[in-house]
Amino acid sequence: MAALASLGESAPAAEAKGPRSMQAGRRRRLNLFRYLVFTVFGLFFILPLLAMVRFSLEGSTLGTWSVAAWKQIASYPGPPPLLSAVEITLELAIISSGVVLVLLVPTMIWIRLRVRWISRAFEFLCLLPLTIPAIVLVVGLAPIYNKIRHYQLSALQLFWAYVILALPYAYRALSAGLTAIDVETLSEAARSLGASWLTVIVRVIAPNMRQAILNALVLTSALVLGEFTIAYLLLYNNMQVNLYYISRTTPNAGVLFAASSAALIFAFGLLLVLSYAGRRRRRGQG
Amino acid sequence: MAVASTTETGAPPVRAGRRLRVPAWIGTVPFLGYIGVFLLLPTGIVLYKAFQSSSGGFTLSGLTALGSSAVRGYFIGSFKLCVISSVIGAVLGAILAYAVASGNPDGAVRRLYLAASGVLAQFGGVTLAFAFLATVGPTSGLLLHLSWFYDFPQGIALIYVYFQIPLMVLVFMPAIDGLKVQWREACESLGGSAWQYWRHVGGPLLAPAFLGATLLLFANALSAFATIEAWENQIAYTVPQQISTALSSEVGLNNANEASVLAVGMVIMVVVVMTGYVLLQRRASRWLH
Repeated sequence: MAALASLGESAPAAEAKGPRSMQAGRRRRLNLFRYLVFTVFGLFFILPLLAMVRFSLEGSTLGTWSVAAWKQIASYPGPPPLLSAVEITLELAIISSGVVLVLLVPTMIWIRLRVRWISRAFEFLCLLPLTIPAIVLVVGLAPIYNKIRHYQLSALQLFWAYVILALPYAYRALSAGLTAIDVETLSEAARSLGASWLTVIVRVIAPNMRQAILNALVLTSALVLGEFTIAYLLLYNNMQVNLYYISRTTPNAGVLFAASSAALIFAFGLLLVLSYAGRRRRRGQG
Repeated sequence: MAVASTTETGAPPVRAGRRLRVPAWIGTVPFLGYIGVFLLLPTGIVLYKAFQSSSGGFTLSGLTALGSSAVRGYFIGSFKLCVISSVIGAVLGAILAYAVASGNPDGAVRRLYLAASGVLAQFGGVTLAFAFLATVGPTSGLLLHLSWFYDFPQGIALIYVYFQIPLMVLVFMPAIDGLKVQWREACESLGGSAWQYWRHVGGPLLAPAFLGATLLLFANALSAFATIEAWENQIAYTVPQQISTALSSEVGLNNANEASVLAVGMVIMVVVVMTGYVLLQRRASRWLH
């Protein structure tokens, strides 16, 4: 509804205050073009999702409706059982985002305050995973994970690799938050009042970049929820790998589409919530 | 407020008298250690294995294997898929980005499309292949039955475009936002038409950013694996698929390090493409920022 309402932010009002003022005729044609584009692209993006949801709600005979497939998510026996894979994936998302934050936030603040000369190299390292595709990383990770498996078999061990995959995205989010605040003044003020460096980082600067931390958290979680390559090739079983095996081994398309829809809706909701939370904060400050 | 609360520690003014001085960079050691073990070490292992002969010595024979016709086939397959999906994704994404950017900068449409782009650009996993199977699968499609759904590269390119367009929107939007209204006004006040504006002002200004974004999309398609693996399992068309096959059947003597060699080939491709991207971005930022 909100989306439809703002589509109508047409001619006079937008023209008066809008930065892109132009002749009325051209504005009308532009709006026509915009409606057309939004409709076509909207359909392209929505239809596959709707089709998947519709498929998951298919009854035993064609054209009927039923929630049987959705109920089966919880009880799907596998092998391996679907619910345990979902559980593992959610736990991985939590662990990975926690480790990313513990690893990045103090280090980034510390570098900004005390070791400026290292920041270029640090940025390079953080963005490096962008040029090393997951499929390449996994070739090198395989021997390392063979060692890890000697001590611990659980699929939760995947978080070591997921932290690396999430690094560039988390770094960008945190870096944007860090440049937006006056780190030097805050830390000098805290230090002159007798705060230790730990207090400066944890209780003074980190709370000031709450939004950036939230962004990094959600980006990392979204990435973990959709990860397939590394888990699949290291022979671990997460949600995506499980869906893949269901698609290969059973004729039960309903539960496949139901679980896929649920995963998509969950990730979409997560990012949408973040986007709106971010806007509220900015409005409050301005 | 946070500052005030720290005074409760009431630290003595000077206590760093005779303490051992630790260099400040020590604080980055945990991070560097982690990166070293889980990013630099794996990369090193890939390089090491790619240049390792079957007897353990150094060899370039792995790299000459990159020239063999079978391996070349995978690279050509990857190249075809990446070119098709990145060019289509870039053109359509640029159109969508312009439509979004020309609206209200605080509007709900823009927010919705940017948030959705953020999700959809990331969500290229196996679920995407299933979604298209449910929509246009040759027998299961609810919308229509595409007979070429399993044909390479057009069938898989259709699915790739689904995550390439959102990525293009995210990458290209800042460039469009950087177009100054004054340039358009100057063009209009001199009697220029919309076509002339795009031909002589807007187009040339956006061209480097557009080409750079296309290269980024190319790299994105190159490293995608989950979608194509879930789409069609029988034949390996692309490099990532063949790496997967080689990795899970690393027993043959003649292809002991095939996965590593292919991986090095991929990294070279990505580095070349990303270098082009960075250079074009620098060129683009001369006018737009």
